[in-house]
Amino acid sequence: MREGEDGVYFDKDLLTQSSQLRKKWEDEVKKAVSKSPDQKERWSTVSDLEVNRIYGPEDIHDTDFARDIGYPGQFPYLRGNQVTGYRGRYWTFRMFSGMGSAKDTNQRWHMLLKQGQTGLSTAFDFPTLMGYDTGDPKARGECGKCGVAIDTLEDFMQLVEGIPLDTITTSMTINPPASVLWAMYCAAAEIQGVPLTKIGGTIQNDMLKEFIAQKTFMCPPEPSVKIISDTVEFGAKFVPRWNTISISGYHIREAGSTAVQELAFTLRDGIEYVEDVIRRKGLDVDAFAPRLSFFFNSHIDFFEEICKMRAARRIWAKVMRDRFKAKDERSWWLRFHTQTAGCSLTAQQPYNNVIRTAVEALAAVLGGTQSLHTNSLDEVWCLPTEHAAEIALRTQHIIAEETGVANTIDPLAGSYFIESLTNKMEEEAWEYIEKIDEMGGMVTAIEKGFPQMEIADAAYKYQRQLDSKEKIMVGVNKYVTGEEQEIPFLDIEDRVEKEQMDRLEAVRRKRDSKAVTRSLDDLRNACTRGDNVMPYCIEAVKTLASLQEVCDVYREVYGEYSDPAIY
Amino acid sequence: MADRKLRIMVAKPGLDGHDRGARVLARCFRDAGFEVIYTGCHQTPEQIAASAVQEDVDVVGLSCLSGAHRYLFPRVVELLKAADAGDITVIGGGVIPDHDFEMLYDAGIKAVFTPGASLDSIVQWIHDNVEIQ
Repeated sequence: MREGEDGVYFDKDLLTQSSQLRKKWEDEVKKAVSKSPDQKERWSTVSDLEVNRIYGPEDIHDTDFARDIGYPGQFPYLRGNQVTGYRGRYWTFRMFSGMGSAKDTNQRWHMLLKQGQTGLSTAFDFPTLMGYDTGDPKARGECGKCGVAIDTLEDFMQLVEGIPLDTITTSMTINPPASVLWAMYCAAAEIQGVPLTKIGGTIQNDMLKEFIAQKTFMCPPEPSVKIISDTVEFGAKFVPRWNTISISGYHIREAGSTAVQELAFTLRDGIEYVEDVIRRKGLDVDAFAPRLSFFFNSHIDFFEEICKMRAARRIWAKVMRDRFKAKDERSWWLRFHTQTAGCSLTAQQPYNNVIRTAVEALAAVLGGTQSLHTNSLDEVWCLPTEHAAEIALRTQHIIAEETGVANTIDPLAGSYFIESLTNKMEEEAWEYIEKIDEMGGMVTAIEKGFPQMEIADAAYKYQRQLDSKEKIMVGVNKYVTGEEQEIPFLDIEDRVEKEQMDRLEAVRRKRDSKAVTRSLDDLRNACTRGDNVMPYCIEAVKTLASLQEVCDVYREVYGEYSDPAIY
Repeated sequence: MADRKLRIMVAKPGLDGHDRGARVLARCFRDAGFEVIYTGCHQTPEQIAASAVQEDVDVVGLSCLSGAHRYLFPRVVELLKAADAGDITVIGGGVIPDHDFEMLYDAGIKAVFTPGASLDSIVQWIHDNVEIQ
């Protein structure tokens, strides 16, 4: 551990006794292995973190119970933020969904709510994610394929039709155009008669991880962070129940990072945002930090994931209290959503994915997640079919209602292995955080290609380990049957694109084009002056300015970013 | 066989940013002794075809995980042919359902690799099927 004194978790007698017994056990192991060797020399996590055969008190002898572990609701929140755990309420069952048109997605949402889902989460298609309208030459062939297509406020109104925006919280996975989609949400609330102070939800709005991993970008890093700080300021002042950034490790991990890299880069991204808002907006840290939320991946290595989530809470609490001098306890809390790992699923023998997802979901719950998406068995191939999405949702229901794991808080605390691995991951994450600090921050590190290259190295190493069978994926490089299980496919028909283009054209014909131009001019001027873009964005979407028209203003003023193609 | 290295362009057509596979493959091709040009994400078929011609590559490897391959892959072949570069071998990979294979082969894609294909098997296919012009 990084601070304080040694040796307070166990007394000296116990440690002496343990090391004697351990020695005896080690001798037995040597004998046993000489007769029948281990299956392999080296045992490690999926991230290639080496794991010992056993852990004992000596592995956590320098842990201080009060300082490092404690109880939920107590600094450093290793065991959770909420004092009641899952007894008051379970995590939010929040399934990520979106496909085809706004109408198609709205139908899926009503189905999911009827099935017991408790929050909504929106997947947008690639043109929307990148700030292009359907039909733009860059967007050909993509409409509705990976999520829902939204071009104007009219589409958005259809998306949320029949959804009470004052009671259901909605998460939107949207990044470069996050301000625009959030503006549409705010406008939709106004039309539904719900005040901004009543709406709740999340925009992902985390551009740093886009440059690092997910590669959905529009403007360069510096102005991208500026727009994010605008949304944070707007939220802090006018939309107090909104989580304005979901600082995301999910995509970093999917791009091939290790668990420690996911942990470190995500938290360092968080630090960058906090610094920027304080510097640029002059806000007090406690005025906005409680609305920052996080988003992690839950990969297949069960204990590594649990430890990652526990370590994340402890690191963030220290960062917020010690580095930023936050005083409000809620600023110290790391609240997070989790999604099971898409990259752990296999195209081969797809029904096995149900089991992988269940294990990963269980890890997320034992790690204390506030919200969870479980992948569907078919997500390697396509957007989930209704039946596959239902199995994935039921996986969460079974974990919550049947397994008993929600009965008690942080049940693995105190385990020699869990505490030791949590400590190790925290230490390694700090090393990365300090390294990026020394480089001058995350924007600079990204410009140097540092996190991108670290991830590329890890991804390549893992792929080579799969090829050499040092790491196993069942059905891919071991237990291969050759016969594939046929599963039903959700195909987004190509007609969706044509229909969406027609819809957009109809909106363009009927709207007041002078009002659109005026609102876009206002936004352009605001961008040039360096004002907060949010009020202008809301006005623009209300005139039915399209997503791309608004984003083109950003591109014009701030410039465009293209992929540096690091590999 | 010519005594130069095989030149391969790894390209990401469309808006999809899932580039893990493309980047891993680019590195694998480099390690296999090929000369590699990686385009980065968000390339239009027009940009890819133009760079392939300009760089005088032997192979274009397209990676798409968004489902837009039915439009993007054939379009690249079409543009290469139009640029009198129909001799460039175009292969593809990513999330491509079996029922789209035939359509892609018909459109001139020479091979399709899906999740689970080993790096070595892809390199081997190139060695077996591509001659340096």
